[in-house]
Amino acid sequence: MIPRPTPDRFRLRRSMIFMSAQKPGLIKDAYIYGVDSIMLDLEDAVAENQKDAARFSLYHTLKTIDYGDTEVIVRINGLDTPHWQEDIRVCVAGGADGIRIAKCESANDVHIVEKAVEEAEEEFGVEKGRTLLMAALESPKGIINAYEICAASDRMFGVAISGGDFRKSMQTTFQRDGIDMVYARGAMLVAARAAGVQCFDTVFTNLDDAEGFEAEVRQNKAMGFDGKSLINPKQIRLVHEIFAPTEKEVVQAEKIVRAYREQSAAGVGVFTVDGKMIDIAFIPGAERVLKLARACGLWEGDLV
Amino acid sequence: MEILKPAMAGTLESSDAQVTVEPGEGKIELSLESSVLNQYGRQIRQTVLETLDRLGVNNARVTVVDKGALDCTLKARVECAVFRSCDASAKNIPWGGAVR
Repeated sequence: MIPRPTPDRFRLRRSMIFMSAQKPGLIKDAYIYGVDSIMLDLEDAVAENQKDAARFSLYHTLKTIDYGDTEVIVRINGLDTPHWQEDIRVCVAGGADGIRIAKCESANDVHIVEKAVEEAEEEFGVEKGRTLLMAALESPKGIINAYEICAASDRMFGVAISGGDFRKSMQTTFQRDGIDMVYARGAMLVAARAAGVQCFDTVFTNLDDAEGFEAEVRQNKAMGFDGKSLINPKQIRLVHEIFAPTEKEVVQAEKIVRAYREQSAAGVGVFTVDGKMIDIAFIPGAERVLKLARACGLWEGDLV
Repeated sequence: MEILKPAMAGTLESSDAQVTVEPGEGKIELSLESSVLNQYGRQIRQTVLETLDRLGVNNARVTVVDKGALDCTLKARVECAVFRSCDASAKNIPWGGAVR
């Protein structure tokens, strides 16, 4: 039995890879990829008549396999199915780090799941509040209610858009420039930031289109996403590269934080670094760059 | 648990095992076929028998076709087949109890 450490609500989550909980060949060695989070799937990747088998497989996987620093999240079936309650029981009993709520449309959906999680924590003697939650927004209603969803629970660490279902409900299809989901992504990001949770983009499904994938990940980073959902291990490296700060950004951030500490100690509020005006508004961003750089193994310092 | 009717769980994919349980004739009859029988036959047999024992199954014909499954996968497939044979695989599984 592997007792997993208490999950960290705001850890680094650049990459989150989907894997069917029903496929032992896939999940037994998923930690070797160096992905930030694994998303063991009980929902769409598992056929309707194998939901039971997937849970037994998931339980023993969670209890037996040492995933090390890789976070283990489980995507449960929708609240409109007969499966979600047992899904929650097995996630909590097995000690999953978090649960992804599929097709989430309101704060009430989060509350329903939260209540079942609490009951399961009680039933299986799991520390109360241990099991984190995230929501997948897959419909226009989910996007409209994004803020109340993000702010619905202290267990919520983030929110992700699910492109396949969302595009269908909007009568659109994948567009290379991202225009199909530009509003939804933006609205979700604003809601997530307002609620102080993380925000993840959808999967990119055409594995043969490396150029399209890279363009989409760059756009994700530019829009301010924390990370991306993935379907194949070969997508991990590029995402980590793109989400890592550049050397120039790290050097600049370090200078800003150092200068700010010196200047504010001397009673100065606004000053310049390399010819650019800096005041307190720049500090959280610079500190975030340094934390991310350290998490990516690019910086070893003790400024933050 | 009593095996009421034939039931199966698992696949013949690599790293998996396909387990079939059927009503027995007063004892456990285990037939095992494995791609790694020479190296791991004894261990697989032991895992399957221990799992059946934990579930209180003592009267069944059990067929395991193993494709190099880890112990945790074998357990999961045996348990699922047994619960399916009792129409009890969909909910209220004793996670951490008989299933562990």
